[in-house]
Amino acid sequence: MHRFKHTAVLFILLFQMQAKQLLVGKGKPFISIKHAVEQSVSGDSIIVFEGIYKEGNIVIDKSIKLFGKNYPLIDGEKKYEVFSIKAPYVSIDGFKVYRSGYATLNDIGGIKIYDTHHVTISNNVLDDNFFGIYVQFSKYCLIKNNKLTAYGEEEQKIGNGIHCWKSDSLQITGNYINGHRDGIYFEFVTNSVIWRNISLNNVRYGLHFMFSHNDSYISNVFKNNGAGVAVMFTHKVKMFHNIFEENWGDAAYGLLLKEISDSYIIGNKFRKNTSGIYMEGTNRIKVEKNEFKSNGWGMKIQASCMDNEITKNNFIGNTFDISTNGSLVLNTFNYNYWDKYEGYDLNKDNIGDVPFHPLSIFSIIVEKNPPAMLLFRSFMITLLDKSEKIMPSLTPENFIDNHPLMHSLKI
Amino acid sequence: MTRLIKYIVLDILKNKIILVYTLILSALAWSVFSLEDNSTKGVLTLLNVILLTVPLVSVIFSTIYLYNSSEFIELLLSQPINRSKIWKSLFFGLVISLLLSFLIGVGLPLLIYAPGDVGLMMLMVGLFISTIFISIAFLSAMITRDKAKGIGIAIMLWLFFALLFDGIVLFLLFQLADYPIEKMMVGITALNPIDLARILILLHLDVSAMMGYTGAIFKDFFGNTLGISIVFTVLTLWVAIPFLISLVKFKYKDL
Repeated sequence: MHRFKHTAVLFILLFQMQAKQLLVGKGKPFISIKHAVEQSVSGDSIIVFEGIYKEGNIVIDKSIKLFGKNYPLIDGEKKYEVFSIKAPYVSIDGFKVYRSGYATLNDIGGIKIYDTHHVTISNNVLDDNFFGIYVQFSKYCLIKNNKLTAYGEEEQKIGNGIHCWKSDSLQITGNYINGHRDGIYFEFVTNSVIWRNISLNNVRYGLHFMFSHNDSYISNVFKNNGAGVAVMFTHKVKMFHNIFEENWGDAAYGLLLKEISDSYIIGNKFRKNTSGIYMEGTNRIKVEKNEFKSNGWGMKIQASCMDNEITKNNFIGNTFDISTNGSLVLNTFNYNYWDKYEGYDLNKDNIGDVPFHPLSIFSIIVEKNPPAMLLFRSFMITLLDKSEKIMPSLTPENFIDNHPLMHSLKI
Repeated sequence: MTRLIKYIVLDILKNKIILVYTLILSALAWSVFSLEDNSTKGVLTLLNVILLTVPLVSVIFSTIYLYNSSEFIELLLSQPINRSKIWKSLFFGLVISLLLSFLIGVGLPLLIYAPGDVGLMMLMVGLFISTIFISIAFLSAMITRDKAKGIGIAIMLWLFFALLFDGIVLFLLFQLADYPIEKMMVGITALNPIDLARILILLHLDVSAMMGYTGAIFKDFFGNTLGISIVFTVLTLWVAIPFLISLVKFKYKDL
């Protein structure tokens, strides 16, 4: 009898702990998502079936999970913020969030996470929103496999795709962002990872990254964004295996580094950008095993950079491999492959016997006098370059790769 | 006139020089493409050939040919043939034979190894450069009767267009660095056919760098259909004007 009592209590407890499932849709117990949220308690799941829902702003202030079946369309009617998440352990999965409101005073998002933790936003489609997914003052959030599309034309009329502010330990994984202002925006976000995202055709930056220490971004693709990717005022960033492609324009950079220190740039591919990497006030960075291919300028290293190590990179088919704006050189180049290298290798150890001066005099002339670009590849310029390569007089003498490789590295 | 052109072309083709020119061009082009592992580098080397060798050979060969055939011209003049017909036939004869050797020497490997718009553009530009320098040769041959002087003028003109002009432009660029001279510079390049040809190819070859600030201005101008048609019109003028001046001179010249 005693034992039976115990078991009964256990069963009752279990029954209470088991979360309810609330179904929303045509012919289901609930017709409105808002109503279902009101009736739920923490731990419940809400399953929303296919259909169009115009419910204004849906505030989620309990730890519940929302699942969409066949992408139910949640319309913000260009007036409301669609989902506002204000509780921890919330999950939103499989919705189509459509047409959030637009405001100049506050930042309205398709899905906005306020001051909380452990929120998961996954497998959603966000279309034509002002801000896509907005995270503020939050921790341990996962934003995964969402597809964000916007149709921004002017910077001030469109928000960022995934906007993260004053947060910590976020995971941004496998998202596809197209046509926002900045694809991914990080400001004061620490210890986070951005992994396998694709950010294309954004009006401003593919990734905009400021005051965000100890983050890494890995295996992302940034293509054809208005101004490329900017990483600024940050230390200890790890940038691995990303692709920076086709960022064209005078102020567009594959990767813009400003006031960065103690960071790693390894295994990235820079292709067809006006400038592959632009460095300013950048210290103690390792640039290793990257590929710079078919860029206008492979790297622009301003004289304000110090103690950077550029090793084992491939420079192939760039108009200029390197350029700089001063004569002070405090960075080292070693074991890179330069397709413009014309030296020889007598002992066949794959390291050229003659040092390589990656800085052509013409790149200095163009730096000082941009219209001189007009004379590029003319015979006289070729002569100038050749004579400067043999006897450097105007280019800094220590701008040199002492161990240029004879063959390109496999990257 | 057709018969006259035929005689002249046959006469030129019988000349070993034009055969050697074709052979050298094709040896250069084939080796350049088969030695380099990426075709862009090959195209760049060929660009230098087109901008230096082709105009040099065109201008010198044509000048020398004109001086050497002065007796033939005098013979023709004794016949009842219009003077301008003779001069035009000489021009077209030279153009046909030199373009033929350029097409065989450079065009063939170019179309095989670098098909697409860069290759096509280079071919067009090469044909224009050849014709322009033949036309310049006609002018220099008309300026003076002295063979040595005439060849000297031809070489000086080549040197000016291939080398000195760029030096002057660079000098101007630095002297006027404080002024917004980008648009003016576009105009100045029209004064040199070699520069014009080079920029046309540059816009296809170094697209990424050309998207920079000044590049964008050139790209805006040269990159669209209107710009390209303007450039080709200017190149056509470069063919027409020197030749027409020489034609007028030839008509009234006391030989």
